[in-house]
Amino acid sequence: MKDIKFYKLVVFVNSLVPLSLMGWDWYHQQLGANPVEFLTRTTGMLTLVFLFISLAVTPLRKMTGAQWIIQLRRMLGLYAFFYGFLHLLTYIWFDRTFNLKSTVADIYARPFIAVGMLSFFLMVPLAITSTKGWIKRLGGKRWARLHKLAYVAAVGGVIHFWMLVKSDARLPIKFAFVLAVLLGSRIVIKQLKQKPQTRTLIPPA
Amino acid sequence: MVIKKTDDIKSSEITPKDVYLSRRNFMRGAALLATTAATGYIYRALNAAPQPRVEGEKLADVVRAEPSKAAANGYTVNEKLTSFEDITNYNNFYEFTTDKGDVAGVARGFVTRPWTVAVEGLVNKPKVFDLDDLLKLAPLEERIYRLRCVEGWSMVIPWVGFSLSNLLDAVEPNSSARFVQFETLYDPKRMPEQQGGSLDWPYVEGLRLDEAMHPLTILASGLYGEALPPQDGAPLRLVVPWKYGFKSIKSIVKIRLVSTQPATTWSAYAPREYGFYSNVNPNVDHPRWSQARETRIGEYGKRDTLLFNGYAEQVGQLYSGMDLRVNF
Repeated sequence: MKDIKFYKLVVFVNSLVPLSLMGWDWYHQQLGANPVEFLTRTTGMLTLVFLFISLAVTPLRKMTGAQWIIQLRRMLGLYAFFYGFLHLLTYIWFDRTFNLKSTVADIYARPFIAVGMLSFFLMVPLAITSTKGWIKRLGGKRWARLHKLAYVAAVGGVIHFWMLVKSDARLPIKFAFVLAVLLGSRIVIKQLKQKPQTRTLIPPA
Repeated sequence: MVIKKTDDIKSSEITPKDVYLSRRNFMRGAALLATTAATGYIYRALNAAPQPRVEGEKLADVVRAEPSKAAANGYTVNEKLTSFEDITNYNNFYEFTTDKGDVAGVARGFVTRPWTVAVEGLVNKPKVFDLDDLLKLAPLEERIYRLRCVEGWSMVIPWVGFSLSNLLDAVEPNSSARFVQFETLYDPKRMPEQQGGSLDWPYVEGLRLDEAMHPLTILASGLYGEALPPQDGAPLRLVVPWKYGFKSIKSIVKIRLVSTQPATTWSAYAPREYGFYSNVNPNVDHPRWSQARETRIGEYGKRDTLLFNGYAEQVGQLYSGMDLRVNF
């Protein structure tokens, strides 16, 4: 069953579940003792989760042969961008109270803020060029090369997360591990593809 | 001659198109609902809900100081108290878990009787106190203090306890005692994160003797008039209101008077980030984040952090002539 429209709907609705529950909890004042910290942490984590899921699409497609899942990738990537935007918004709103000057000063003073900010802005061109029109305009190859930036954003996001923990780095390490697996699977798939071409026949003695 | 195909599907058995479509829609709806419920379940499972309140033992005969006098010496502060629910569901207690929202759940049922506290080192009368005897050394008082965490959040907590000086006087520090070292219980069976975790165990803290003798420094055994819940440091903890929260060591089993500055857990872990003094100071940033402002739990905006957490009048003279940037 290649009912892509329905699958897209499933992904769209499921991706909104965390946001809906956060909104519900906010309305019922049950975001815990420190709601701002909770929202910041959770939206940050969701950004990485959606980046990772979108980066898993291609390896999964190549391993399973299920070509159709590629059609879900744009939506997953845009959700990563959307949650990243909410993450940035909680910081600029509650931490910086929309003060541009203090935001700039903070980026300058704190490397983990700078790394996070950079990772977010790397996603901006990806979100803009996610449309069919832009794929055509750039050409498939150039478009694909540009969208490798998703990996850079993901690496930056994990470093940003790792840099801010006090002592218990287990969670960022888990994120780094998953990212390494995602990156590694691409290399492995590429190698496997090249193998038949590099096989040489041993000439009879 | 007509050959009858036996495997022909009777027209009556063919599902009409509209029934087929509605069945398909029904299946789709069910699938959509099921995946949405699963996603919601995962989200909820990853985010611990607050623990239902465990009724603590009511502490009898707690002395409440006369408000005007108490305000002058810092024993109380005229600010809105943080709710019991927040104080008991947002905790840093790495012996149980590093997830602040989950300490209450993991620490639930932590047994605190029998409990002894060894007071030893450079003292004339070393003694291993049974906790209940120790708590009879002085009348229990209510002290309403600000608590400022090094992470940038703060609370206002009505502690129950008495000045640490009552205990130190009882053991008579000798003339070579300069510092006081404190140690948390080490029992990996009861404190699961001690089986590994991210810090060296047991947790140790320290104060200069004059800091330890300051009347604002208390040993607390309760909050909101009840015995301390496990997640807040049961059965006995230190509270030093002008220092970052991690100095206020929890679940104390040992107090030792020493002559040289003792090692402290966070400072040993990251000497560049956490100093021995760790006085609350808006002008000295943590290397990775600002200490100028703080989030008061229960509020959305940020408020300015006060020098010595607002206790400069009471404790400032302890540090006169000291460079607080060097001795952070």
